Amino acid sequence: MSVLNWLKRHLVVIAGLLTLGYLLLPNIVVTVFSFNKPKGRFNYQWQQFSMDAWKDPCGVADMCGSLSISLQIAFWATIGATVLGTMIAFALVRYRFRARSTVNSLIFLPMAMPEVVMAASLLTLFLNLGAQLGFWTILIAHIMFCLSFVVVAVKARVMSMDPRLEQAAQDLYAGPAQTFLRVTLPIAAPGIAAGALLSFALSFDDFIITNFNAGSTVTFPMFVWGSAQRGTPVQINVIGTTMFLVAVLLVLSSMLIGNRRNKQKA
Amino acid sequence: MAAVTEAPPLAPAPETKPPRKRGRLVPYWLLLPGILWLIVFFALPMIYQASTSVQTGSLEEGYKVTWHFATYWDALSEYWPQFLRSVAYAAAATVLCLVLGYPLAYLIAFRAGRWRNLIMILVIAPFFTSFLIRTLAWKTILADSGPVVSTLHTLHVLDLTNWLGWTSGDRVLATPLAVVCGLTYNFLPFMILPLYTSLERIDGRLHEAAGDLYAKPWTTFRKVTFPLSMPGVVSGTLLTFIPAAGDYVNAELLGSTDTRMIGNVIQTQFLRILDYPTAAALSFILMAAILLMVTIYIRKSGTEDLV
Amino acid sequence: MTTDNSGDVRLSGISKTYGSFTAVHPLDLTVPQGSFFALLGASGCGKTTTLRMIAGLEEPTSGTVHLGEQEVSNLPPYKRPVNTVFQSYALFPHLDIFENVAFGLRRRGIKSVKKQVEDMLELVQLGEQARKKPHQLSGGQQQRVAVARALINHPKVLLLDEPLGALDLKLRRQMQLELKRIQTEVGITFIHVTHDQEEAMTMADTVAVMNAGRVEQLGSPTDLYENPNTTFVANFLGTSNLIEAEVDTKNGGDIVLKAGGGKLVLPEARCSAPTTTGGKVLVGVRPEKISLTHADDAGEIAEGRNRITGRIADSSFIGVSTQYVIDSPVCPEFEVYAQNIDRDARLVPGAEVVLHWNPAHTFGLDAAQDIDAGVAEVEEDAA
Repeated sequence: MSVLNWLKRHLVVIAGLLTLGYLLLPNIVVTVFSFNKPKGRFNYQWQQFSMDAWKDPCGVADMCGSLSISLQIAFWATIGATVLGTMIAFALVRYRFRARSTVNSLIFLPMAMPEVVMAASLLTLFLNLGAQLGFWTILIAHIMFCLSFVVVAVKARVMSMDPRLEQAAQDLYAGPAQTFLRVTLPIAAPGIAAGALLSFALSFDDFIITNFNAGSTVTFPMFVWGSAQRGTPVQINVIGTTMFLVAVLLVLSSMLIGNRRNKQKA
Repeated sequence: MAAVTEAPPLAPAPETKPPRKRGRLVPYWLLLPGILWLIVFFALPMIYQASTSVQTGSLEEGYKVTWHFATYWDALSEYWPQFLRSVAYAAAATVLCLVLGYPLAYLIAFRAGRWRNLIMILVIAPFFTSFLIRTLAWKTILADSGPVVSTLHTLHVLDLTNWLGWTSGDRVLATPLAVVCGLTYNFLPFMILPLYTSLERIDGRLHEAAGDLYAKPWTTFRKVTFPLSMPGVVSGTLLTFIPAAGDYVNAELLGSTDTRMIGNVIQTQFLRILDYPTAAALSFILMAAILLMVTIYIRKSGTEDLV
Repeated sequence: MTTDNSGDVRLSGISKTYGSFTAVHPLDLTVPQGSFFALLGASGCGKTTTLRMIAGLEEPTSGTVHLGEQEVSNLPPYKRPVNTVFQSYALFPHLDIFENVAFGLRRRGIKSVKKQVEDMLELVQLGEQARKKPHQLSGGQQQRVAVARALINHPKVLLLDEPLGALDLKLRRQMQLELKRIQTEVGITFIHVTHDQEEAMTMADTVAVMNAGRVEQLGSPTDLYENPNTTFVANFLGTSNLIEAEVDTKNGGDIVLKAGGGKLVLPEARCSAPTTTGGKVLVGVRPEKISLTHADDAGEIAEGRNRITGRIADSSFIGVSTQYVIDSPVCPEFEVYAQNIDRDARLVPGAEVVLHWNPAHTFGLDAAQDIDAGVAEVEEDAA
């Protein structure tokens, strides 16, 4: 068939892959430039190949410290948001109650609101309360905006779950607690895991809200922001590449585990 | 029949008990902690912000609520260009996200086959890498002497964009085009994921049915697929346009003083100039506009598909 | 096994309303212990709701449920000695077959389940599949797992909610016999909900026909079929011909009625309508009970048989039988099923015929009812 026809048939695929390329290009650049040895303070132009940054990832002052803080905050924020968000998701799917649309709206708004608005208003709250800006204020803010995403992830999974499974469990002598632990939770687990993962990523990567409410604490994104003015060390590319690889590995392995578990008991 | 263990005796039934409504309060207990958290740390701050916007004072003297609405007027009259610019950039980015994102979402939903998971990973994984680092990478990609800009220059595309006002000189960096590029890049996943969710729900057999009824591929898309994907389109548009309108990172890293968006202004007011009432007023205007948009959407489509 | 002779299931005044919609009107029902009981009706008639109230998965709006002497109306499902086989089987996807079947035992605290589970899997012929996951089994196999999972707990009553609906015809027939065999062997009360009247009649000892939240008639399949009490039952179970007639006189144990210029005889015991002279009655007779004779041979028909004249409008040769539709002044579309023994070549569309049958096969219904109640309509809601 002619080239034109082939193009027409596969137009969507080509367009889609181009977009995918657009999405991945910066990541590729980040990875490539982690092997760069820049001349000046900034790492925007390719000079020469070098493994220096990889050999000494924490060589930059304060960077690994900020990394550690970001990881800690992400960890605790994930726990907080996952617990609260999962409870809300279950309430939304399995029960009828008044004020349903209010709850739905309240959950949706943080996802849609520009971060700068949420950041500014939270700062106003903290200032008015006289709270000390730092680790705890950041953590509180992160739990707040991660909540909604956990709700969406868990809700999607629980909605696709046949409610008769829980009825069957009750029919087979499982009380409410047993039903939840033995049937509901295991089946909802992938959704909860997805929500937790998403929450971790959002928290780790957050800049705007964190920037406003951090006081003198420096998280990793804030460090990067500062470096955009002061000078971008190659090590941030190293960290960026590592994070990407870890993320891909995590998602891949969770998929593989899921597949293998299905085949194992054949 | 093998008579194995006997069923253990069950509890004797209670005497006369009125039919009890089982666990009617359970949903409220489940909702309480999370909703409380959102009320205190999301809703309440909005109120504080509204209150701050009508306060006067200074850091030294302290602030008091004086219902000084003039702050709003002053803020608007000084910063309306940035508001407009934010809307324009966000709209441009949203349209681009839709145009670029739809084929990819369609591809994942219908054409990917066994590659689906891999492509999904590639869409989501960048999420996990610091977006600041990735946005900085655009500084490399769009560097003045870099391959991209050189190609655009050779193809005379830059002349066109200069004429349109999207770029200036022979640079792409520090121009509106760069900012919009960055915005599009950052918010693509927010468009793709809702689109994908919506498309994935469409029964593939509808395409077959349309084909069976004489519809060409493009017609099938126009009449069947696209309308059915509308919830995803609307959701994706909301989740892209609104945050993009308030963004300041892209404008700061990839733009110039001429491309400042309202987010930049708010940030400067809050963190550098420390003019809290003005900052709060600007923030409130932005928030009010968004609440209005969301309310219109909710009126039309209800809240069940929101979350 | 405990021999608990007072294991009858008794529903007293059970009803269920959702807001302004009544799914089940207050009804009384007793299911004898050890019987195979069927709740039969079209979708939306309330049969599944009734079943779920026995299981404890729905709270009755009013009324009580007794299992033997024990009142269980307000007990949650996990406290009732009742198990359910769900329509879509509801097997736990994250557990293998062994764990699915063992689930109820484990929840009741029984530690060593291996022997029981293996025995039960043998009973339903799934011994080899113990370690597979539900999605790896076929529909028929999943269904047997669902039955095994319920039966292993030795419930007083086993509830089956249209369990055979998703199976193809052959498999369904097989499973019907299978379930009947298991019930006879195990001796537990089975309550089976279905919309398939053949299924109900094949398997059940007693059938309750439900319509719009009420039980129309309850009895053995034979009773229900041969002597329906309402037009719904007459039309829903098999097919009926219903003739509008007027009571003329009574003669011994029989009622004589006038219809379309002729007379029909109906035993009084088989008439469930009031029979005052001049009153209207719907005279019913099943299509297979009727003999078809060409008008020319009318003289050869025996005395004492009810007879109607008409003309053949349509005939379909099924193989086993020929199905005729007759136009008669007495009744517009009269159906006759003639067993295929000797075919009379004169019986073709347009032929004048006489229909005749034994009066003892006639039944009578209250004419105030809807004559079309229970007739299968083209627009059926998905079950």
